[in-house]
Amino acid sequence: MTQGDAAPARITADLRLSVNGRRHPVTVDNRETLLDTLRERLDLTGSKKGCDHGQCGACTVLVDGRRVKSCLTLTVTVDDRDITTVEGLAKDGIPHPLQEAFIEYDALQCGYCTPGQLCSAVGMLAEAADGWPSAVTPDIGAELGPMKLDDDEIRERMSGNLCRCGAYPGIVAAIGEVAR
Amino acid sequence: MTTTGTRYVGTALDRVDALQKVTGRARYAYENNPRDLVYAYPVQSTIARGEIIHVGVDGVLKQPGVIAAIWHGNAPRLAPSDDAELAVLQSRRVAYRGQYIAVVVAETYEDAREAAGLLQIEYAAEEHDVELLAGHPRMYRPEHVNPNLPTDLQQGDPDAALAAAPVTVDATYSTPAEHNNPMEPHATVAVWDGDGLTLYDSTQGASALRMVVAPLFGMPPAQVRVISPYVGGGFGAKGRAHPHVVLAALAAKQVGRPVKLAVTRRQMFAVTGYRTPTIQRVRLGAEADGRLVAITHDAYEQSSTLSEFAEQSTVATRIMYAAPHRRTTHRLVRLDVPTPSWMRAPGEAPGMFALESAMDELASACGVDPVELRIRNDPAVDPETGMPFSSRNLVACLREGALRFGWSGRDPEPGIRRRGRMLVGTGVAASTYPVYRAASMASARAEPDGGYTVRIAAADIGTGARTILTQIAADALRTSPGMVEVEIGDSELPRASLAGGSMGSASWGTAVVRACEMLVEELERRGGVVPPTGLESIADTKQEIRDQAKFARHAFGAQFAEVGVDVDSGETRVLRLLGVFAAGRILNPKTARSQFVGGMTMGLSMALLEESIMDREFGDYLNHDLAQYHIPANADIRDIQAYWVDEDDPHLNPMGSKGIGEIGIVGTAAAIANAVHHATGVRIRDLPIRLDKLVR
Amino acid sequence: MRPFSYERASTPRAAVDSAVAVADAMYLGGGTNLVDLMRLGVVSPGTLVDVTRVAGDTVEETPGGGLRVGAAVRNGDLAAHPLVRRRYPMLAQAVLSGASGQIRNMATVGGNLLQRTRCSYFQDVTKPCNKRSPGSGCPARTGDHRNLAILGHSDSCVATHPSDMAVALAALGTVVHVEGREGPKSVPMPGLHRLPGDRPDRDTVLEPGDLITAVELPALPFAARSRYRKVRDRASFSFAVVSVAAALEVSDGVVRDCRIALGAVAHVPWRAEAAEAALRGAPATEAEFARAADIELARARPLPLNGFKVPLARNVLIRVLADLVEMR
Repeated sequence: MTQGDAAPARITADLRLSVNGRRHPVTVDNRETLLDTLRERLDLTGSKKGCDHGQCGACTVLVDGRRVKSCLTLTVTVDDRDITTVEGLAKDGIPHPLQEAFIEYDALQCGYCTPGQLCSAVGMLAEAADGWPSAVTPDIGAELGPMKLDDDEIRERMSGNLCRCGAYPGIVAAIGEVAR
Repeated sequence: MTTTGTRYVGTALDRVDALQKVTGRARYAYENNPRDLVYAYPVQSTIARGEIIHVGVDGVLKQPGVIAAIWHGNAPRLAPSDDAELAVLQSRRVAYRGQYIAVVVAETYEDAREAAGLLQIEYAAEEHDVELLAGHPRMYRPEHVNPNLPTDLQQGDPDAALAAAPVTVDATYSTPAEHNNPMEPHATVAVWDGDGLTLYDSTQGASALRMVVAPLFGMPPAQVRVISPYVGGGFGAKGRAHPHVVLAALAAKQVGRPVKLAVTRRQMFAVTGYRTPTIQRVRLGAEADGRLVAITHDAYEQSSTLSEFAEQSTVATRIMYAAPHRRTTHRLVRLDVPTPSWMRAPGEAPGMFALESAMDELASACGVDPVELRIRNDPAVDPETGMPFSSRNLVACLREGALRFGWSGRDPEPGIRRRGRMLVGTGVAASTYPVYRAASMASARAEPDGGYTVRIAAADIGTGARTILTQIAADALRTSPGMVEVEIGDSELPRASLAGGSMGSASWGTAVVRACEMLVEELERRGGVVPPTGLESIADTKQEIRDQAKFARHAFGAQFAEVGVDVDSGETRVLRLLGVFAAGRILNPKTARSQFVGGMTMGLSMALLEESIMDREFGDYLNHDLAQYHIPANADIRDIQAYWVDEDDPHLNPMGSKGIGEIGIVGTAAAIANAVHHATGVRIRDLPIRLDKLVR
Repeated sequence: MRPFSYERASTPRAAVDSAVAVADAMYLGGGTNLVDLMRLGVVSPGTLVDVTRVAGDTVEETPGGGLRVGAAVRNGDLAAHPLVRRRYPMLAQAVLSGASGQIRNMATVGGNLLQRTRCSYFQDVTKPCNKRSPGSGCPARTGDHRNLAILGHSDSCVATHPSDMAVALAALGTVVHVEGREGPKSVPMPGLHRLPGDRPDRDTVLEPGDLITAVELPALPFAARSRYRKVRDRASFSFAVVSVAAALEVSDGVVRDCRIALGAVAHVPWRAEAAEAALRGAPATEAEFARAADIELARARPLPLNGFKVPLARNVLIRVLADLVEMR
């Protein structure tokens, strides 16, 4: 970590960022968000900037397998984490089942929220597998075990990813197919 | 070589660019990184009206990484433009809060952003006026309304007919300012190379944008290239050239390096257009059986002092229902506000909220079922012009929708259906959108390897245009979609009309069909032999479109809604939304369904959520982010279904299609408001329908 | 955003020492609010002390049946914890109704308590705001305040506290553990957050350098039947218009004990002590719930645009209590 007194000049840090299973040596401004580092320095432009305030979900990536907003994550805070972006979802050139399902159900139009939807869905399915409840889970006190997701559960759990084109029914159908 | 007899138009082909989009490989405007690029961050005015007295740049220029601070005192001079919005940094005048008054260019985004915040601006502020009132003393009658329609029309004597009518409705409705908010914020990467300018831009029309930008810099259009293969939504907001494009080009010119500029979500609320708020008075006069004798619809709207944009809010009323006495008018006031512009179905969306709410009020007043009322008033010809409709299937949509929705047997009594803690109700509204078609060019090329390349400067902003043009070309070339590569989104390609007015498929499709037909003919002449350099044909549809027969061409639809209103909180949720549309031939049921459902989703949003709140004291839209300006989340959209009735209309275009991008938003808000009335007995005439208007 | 130094603390003590060593340090938890406020220019720390890796990311049982939740526990983990869900369902519901899955995976318990108001004026540095810039004025009073306070506001500030989680914690009567300049201390909830008065710039009673290390939930068996109800304009991923957290103990048709707090009505998560007092020993009927709600809301002083929050809070409070009775 670079240390220093508060000064007008930018303060930087040299990191080895783990993204999609690869280490990327990179020098970042402390002020830089993970989203900007991915897009502007690593040319991983799949993660999108829709609002830059954590209010739309287009920037969603996975950090240590959990979905987070890369626009509110300072890059310096995740130098020791494993980051997965939409570019890392396919394995050996074979699209992730969610990617296939999104195409099949036309779960996208302009495509700008799509990478965030996909990363969010991957993280969401992991949360459900871990037995996490949601705001619409009826009996929250019960032991849940791996959750079966009906459409209401998917809708609530995916509500952190806005889509202005209105592809929500396709998104729910695509995730539902992979989840069930 | 070709597969004859197979028809791809009308089949549910997957989006041809879907894999690019789901893998993150589709590259949007801001994601282009020319060498040596720098970052620009705009500075916006913090007064709504007045003059800039002083701009203090010294401190900013000392900031780390800063390359330039550009303002009206040092900006390159632009050639005069018809659109005063595009005269960026040319004057000390401030016309609205949030107008660009400077731009800071720096080596990194963080440096540019930080430095932009340090710019010292002194203003001489003047009192501003930002409030739309129907009785505003400066209301005037614009010369015409968007796009170029008559401002006022009248037939017969509506006032006398209303006075004599057995049943009347006289109500005033209002819709708030609404912002398009495509998920991809507007962005431009500007690169000067010698005398030429390349713009990687998020635009609904590459050809149009270069025609606007080039003259500002004193260049012929050929010296400007606009590249825009992927666009993250637009909904009208990326149709007109907005000032950030000029700002980016001007900054790049000044610093001599490529410049990247992204409008932030918050900035978008001032500088990328929005739907004007409207105040609309509708008066209906009818016989006791609901047959209309008179309709008047008067709209009051705003524009900025810089530029006139007059939304055509009452034009749908001109074609919807038969009535011998009718009047439609538009009045506008120029305020110290940002310039409104196109937002999905400008005119039809707010106008049909008012008309179709009023029709529901009339149905109650006459005791006639709302579906039946609309059927009873369906005109045989365009009631305004007497012209025949090329096709009109509103009645079929209403009947089919009523059947699918389960409308029959509906008890019209409001406020009596409970489901748990919810009051439940249903509503219906009609929907319509005009059929436009504009001249375009396209080229079709047979490649020596047996494939084809079709080129047209069209835009796919999520509509599925790239996919549909592939299907259209495959049929016209008598081949399969896999053999056709469609190139769009580049002004170097044959000139094309905007992705706007729901006219993309019709306009571009016509050009593509003609280019392909010419190519096929030429290939036949050559015995099917493609020369080693390939063979190309270019079509221009200017003449064809100028010569098309005169018809009233419109798409129609019927929207049905079921809502639940929480009796404790007043929260309204749409339980079901079902639309049936008559929009000519559906070119791809998969992408078409997404378009209809997407439009209906935006209509639901208009009904329940969207409102840009004008801060009267400061003169800006206060709730300028996506936490405060609500668009629907996934949980808001429970059950939306779209259907269509087959329509065989020979008077449209070679595909037989009508536009489908906008009709889905039209009438939705009225259907929902009508359902809320049915559920609660409360008639909400001012959108959005929020819980504070229903909680008791 | 102004340039800043970044440090990572490994213990609460080290974090406090780092923070007090410079004048303009701030603690960084999940960053979901702080990073945004820095980008907006609302706050401009010179140093960020990352406290997400200090000990304190566990949920532990306390003797007697309570829970101690580390301040660095992420909201998502808190809501998923089986003991939280079983003993304090209203807390799990409150957390799950806040923000989105992504944000809950980032946001920490400590940070959630200390998030700032979402008042439009506070977030816009080009406009006056007494909370952000003391003495500059409060345009919300005469401007837009549809979603601002009806209780406990002052001439200088009408902001609301945005947290859902804090409403449940206030209802439960939580103890907030703090590592301060002078060592460990504890602050009760309610009591952590303060009403604006003439110092709206101070959201809480915490002193400079204070670091929340844990929250301790008391043993409260009847909270196993509790509920959080959030009213909002959008069906998900939006801040409350009004919310209610309540736990109710009823036997033989009589309210033996209860805990009630209201959200989105005041500068603090609003513990409804007057309503609680009115209900203890009263019949568990809707009429009594209405009487209690009226007693609590008698102190409401709505502004011109948010008067609807009074009947709204009343209706929802009655409904939540009635639902809790029905659950039995």
